[in-house]
Amino acid sequence: MSVVPVVRIQAGDFDVAAEIALISAGKADVGAVVTFTGLCRDEAGTLAALELEHYPGMAEAEITRIAQEALARWPLAGITAIHRFGKIRPGENIVLVVTASRHRQAAFDAANFLMDYLKSRAPFWKKEHLVDGSEGSWVDAKDSDDAAAARWAKS
Amino acid sequence: MTKLIYFAWVRERIGKAEEEVELPAEVRTVRDLLMWLKSRGEEFESALQHPEVIRVAINQEHVDHREEIGGAREIALFPPMTGG
Repeated sequence: MSVVPVVRIQAGDFDVAAEIALISAGKADVGAVVTFTGLCRDEAGTLAALELEHYPGMAEAEITRIAQEALARWPLAGITAIHRFGKIRPGENIVLVVTASRHRQAAFDAANFLMDYLKSRAPFWKKEHLVDGSEGSWVDAKDSDDAAAARWAKS
Repeated sequence: MTKLIYFAWVRERIGKAEEEVELPAEVRTVRDLLMWLKSRGEEFESALQHPEVIRVAINQEHVDHREEIGGAREIALFPPMTGG
């Protein structure tokens, strides 16, 4: 049975409980579902919103490529990845990764891998809008994110 | 003609989101493209002053700066990604 990853790039919010129900629906051999949800922080009260720009077409394609790589590495029963774009306020959801497998380790590891790769390879960029009304700067990429992705490289 | 697309601060500094260009024959690799673009005016000079940090995708796939452009339909230039 080949697993087809579910990848959605959308402006609107997602429902974590509904995505968990969907990934395991009709699959009696799923023993573990892991979810990761990334939220917008308020940066100590200074941030009014993040504006997420993305590369339409490539965003879906790249996340699908990352999901296919996870499927090749771990015995998974399902993968869902949802990334939002547009203006997102503190406390709101930005990204969701859901993985399902027979046993927990594959689902945990695959979710971790997906997030590390997604942060360094999915074509999204965050711009800050500050509480004082000013347009903040583009968020800088962190070397630690590249290092996190690099630890999954096969030797 | 090749479609060039710019994102985030690369787009803001260049002052447009995309354009169609006729690439000169001597522009063979991604690195050549960055050097040629940089010579097209102040806004390009400002966006590409540190070409080594610019990420590039050809036909919606990441490539490194040594990649040959070949008959690319769509080339995107952008800063390191900050999604997730």
